[in-house]
Amino acid sequence: MKSSTETPVAHATRQDPSERVMYRILQILFVALCLLISTHVVGLRAADDLGALVDQLGAAKLSEMDERISALAKTGDAKVIPVLEALGEGELYQRKSDGKVFLVKAQGADLLLVDPVTGTEAGQAPKAAMQKVKVNNAVRRAVRSALGGLTLFSDDAGARLKAAQSMLQTPNADALEAIETAIAAEKDATVRRVLDEARAVTLLLSERGDDEKRQAITLLAEGNGRNGLAVLTSALATADASLKPDIEAAIARIEQTQALWSAGQNVWYGLSLGSVLLLAAIGLAITFGVMGIINMAHGEMVMLGAYTTFMVQEVVRNSYPALFDWSLAIALPLAFLVTGAVGFAIERGVIRFLYGRPLETLLATWGLSLILQQSVRSIFGPTNREVGNPSWMSGAFDLGGLTITWNRLWIIVFALAVFAALLFLLKRTSMGLRMRAVTQNRRMASSMGIRTPWVDALTFALGSGIAGMAGVALSQIDNVSPNLGQGYIIDSFMVVVFGGVGNLWGTLVGAFSLGILNKFLEPYAGAVLGKILVLVLIILFIQKKPRGLFALKGRAVEA
Amino acid sequence: MNIKASVTGAFLAAVLSTTAFNGAFAADDTIKVGILHSLSGTMAISETTLKDAMLMLIDEQNKKGGLLGKKLEAVVVDPASDWPLFAEKARELVSVDKVSAVFGCWTSVSRKSVLPVFEELNSILFYPVQYEGEESQRNVFYTGAAPNQQAIPAVDYLMANESVERWVLAGTDYVYPRTTNKILEAYLISKGVKPEDIMINYTPFGHSDWQTIVSDIKKFGSAGKKTAVVSTINGDANVPFYKELANQGVKAEDIPVVAFSVGEEELAGLDTTPLVGHLAAWNYFQSVDTPANAEFIKTWKAYTKNDKRVTNDPMEAHYIGFNMWLKAVEKAGTTDTDAVLDAMIGVSVPNLSGGYSTMMPNHHITKPVLIGEIQGDGQFETVWETPGLVVGDEWSDYLPDSKDLISDWRAPMSCGNFNVATGKCGGKGS
Repeated sequence: MKSSTETPVAHATRQDPSERVMYRILQILFVALCLLISTHVVGLRAADDLGALVDQLGAAKLSEMDERISALAKTGDAKVIPVLEALGEGELYQRKSDGKVFLVKAQGADLLLVDPVTGTEAGQAPKAAMQKVKVNNAVRRAVRSALGGLTLFSDDAGARLKAAQSMLQTPNADALEAIETAIAAEKDATVRRVLDEARAVTLLLSERGDDEKRQAITLLAEGNGRNGLAVLTSALATADASLKPDIEAAIARIEQTQALWSAGQNVWYGLSLGSVLLLAAIGLAITFGVMGIINMAHGEMVMLGAYTTFMVQEVVRNSYPALFDWSLAIALPLAFLVTGAVGFAIERGVIRFLYGRPLETLLATWGLSLILQQSVRSIFGPTNREVGNPSWMSGAFDLGGLTITWNRLWIIVFALAVFAALLFLLKRTSMGLRMRAVTQNRRMASSMGIRTPWVDALTFALGSGIAGMAGVALSQIDNVSPNLGQGYIIDSFMVVVFGGVGNLWGTLVGAFSLGILNKFLEPYAGAVLGKILVLVLIILFIQKKPRGLFALKGRAVEA
Repeated sequence: MNIKASVTGAFLAAVLSTTAFNGAFAADDTIKVGILHSLSGTMAISETTLKDAMLMLIDEQNKKGGLLGKKLEAVVVDPASDWPLFAEKARELVSVDKVSAVFGCWTSVSRKSVLPVFEELNSILFYPVQYEGEESQRNVFYTGAAPNQQAIPAVDYLMANESVERWVLAGTDYVYPRTTNKILEAYLISKGVKPEDIMINYTPFGHSDWQTIVSDIKKFGSAGKKTAVVSTINGDANVPFYKELANQGVKAEDIPVVAFSVGEEELAGLDTTPLVGHLAAWNYFQSVDTPANAEFIKTWKAYTKNDKRVTNDPMEAHYIGFNMWLKAVEKAGTTDTDAVLDAMIGVSVPNLSGGYSTMMPNHHITKPVLIGEIQGDGQFETVWETPGLVVGDEWSDYLPDSKDLISDWRAPMSCGNFNVATGKCGGKGS
């Protein structure tokens, strides 16, 4: 570039003096040209500098990345943001041939290269020609805090919130002034609250005066956050003697409120565990509770329901990806039909020959459960299958001091809905009436003209179908593997027996009380001992009340 | 062709859990190799893959011309995740099927249950899984990692690179996590970690409700010191554990989880995008970039006819163990147990991570230790590895009752638990 700008100069000086005017004009033109080129060069150089900084990321060792990232962040250039984001996501690759770093997107078997600075596409490259810029947790943390500084003044409130949160999680005393400027400019109340907390946390690490620190401590004590607790605890070690009592009081206050919240959290966890128990047991409450069949294949019905969800999601993923969030809604009726049909076949094929022989039923259904497990293993393989969470079932939200995960919340809602629907079916429909009639007094029902074998088959199919629907929900929180059902069979029997055989309300109360009991024992006794204690308590309870919480009364009991 | 038919026959028979028919397929001029992995029950999820890997290795070797001029023949049995049945099936393999060596077991309890059988019948077992150590038996070759080849380097990594000061040791309640955590606790305390900065937690097999524990971990991690979780959680319990971590927003940047029992196979049932950055320590990852590994993955995918199948660390252990056995048999010129036992020590074969693994006199092998971070595609990216190979240490130096013990199966010592303090053979485990 330099040589081309010099040539006109050489020509100009060789001009004849008689052509001064011409020379003058040329001179002006040249100056203009120079100006134009130099501004262009400066522009290019800035881009080149950024490009060079980005390229350095590729050559850096993991231990040097921190420096390189802060060098990039110091430029304060908005163009750095997508580069850092890509680095955090592991989408930054280095070309092996010339060491240049690109943003990449997968395109078939190849990678589509995008220039990180200008954002223009730079062709494709085979995967073998590119090497990923290595990223580890330390690098991700550096990226997070660098991005926090860069996006603190972004126009998008969401980006600012994220920035504020990252400032809160990885406080850095150097960022204090930036946070204060941001607070002054912030209009959004949510972002402002987080920023205030981030300021308090950051202030404690800084060299500011005690008065300001005291204010920050008060703010943190009111916030009750775990971040506050962490910072206060570490500040306690280094703080001045005058501040120590304040910090200790603040810690005590936070811990006290957290203890209260943790009791609430235990109740929530208990409800959530209870809803899982309820879902697993509710089908059994029909087949075992109402019909009296010791159905060891119940867990496998749950498993079949989960595999139906997997199949539905496979089809949805491959053919209609847009419907993914609806996959569970599609899977529910299908799971009910599939497992209901299997249940119907089992009743017609095996169980109806074994009525009144509980031991043989137990052995036969246990054998069936092994057959079902092994067939699923042969068809789908022994490894876990991936069932994804739809977006509305992922993540968590905070309610005061509680963390509530969406999937658990929806499972509680779903369990209660299934329970209500089943209750309605049994108590308010003619099908339900027949079911109750047959189970309470078979001979009488038969003489009234009810086709008892048909009702038996349908009742068993209903219980199995509900187990299948439970499988759809459980696929969201557990493994989808051939062993899925085994984990639930004992718990299901426990709930039904504890709640009172033959009583749906008993199952509901039994499930939730066992869930809550378990979750209150767990923090003190540990998961293993907690479970044992629950079992022991149930055994003692059954000694006292052999028919469970809500025993059926009347002639049905004697039958 | 005949051999292939018999292999498929054995495989089919095993799938149907009817193992008695295997003998019917036996050809006369073969060397038999026993495969003792659960194909049904809880452990089928992990062990079936190893059975397939062994069948593939045997198949490949037969294509290369077999061993000592004979074809190899796989005898597959299904111990069905039932520990006493492992002993029965092992006995059947050795005394009925007359196999020359057995490749098998996953859980420590299954290994313990077959030990007396191999000792009594004097046969050879190759055990491919990382385990708690504290054992060295004449008839067993341990090709998986001992604690110093997995747990200790992982903790070192977290201390050095993430400056972790507070530790949660979470595990499933059985012998491997309990022993490993005992070793780790002693190690951490020897490194100056205070006892109140260590939280130990055990859960039952197949635990699926992790809400309380994950929230406890979050609480433990908010004491102002960098916290990490060392997970020895086994098998099926991992998927709900990681799902709960993801849902409660425990990020690897804040509280990293390093796992010793989670490999590519376990991650296959899970969306790993929220888990990026959590760690695992192994001696092999599928993502290791070496020509030998690329070849192995290609053969595996072709053999299983499934492009999505992944490879994992215990598969590599079988790969190493099988090749060591081939070499030892060639060296000894016979499959006779005593000759092979002698020939095994010192045998060196290439591993899949670009080096050589050697069988040491303590029946453990040398391996590199890799620390990997989970990626969004369910693979691991190596972020750190030991500069050289690490020799498996069967008796931990950090436990008071095993620190004086060594094992050397070469003559004249021939002892699995030699006490250097008393100068006598026979200490713990005798």
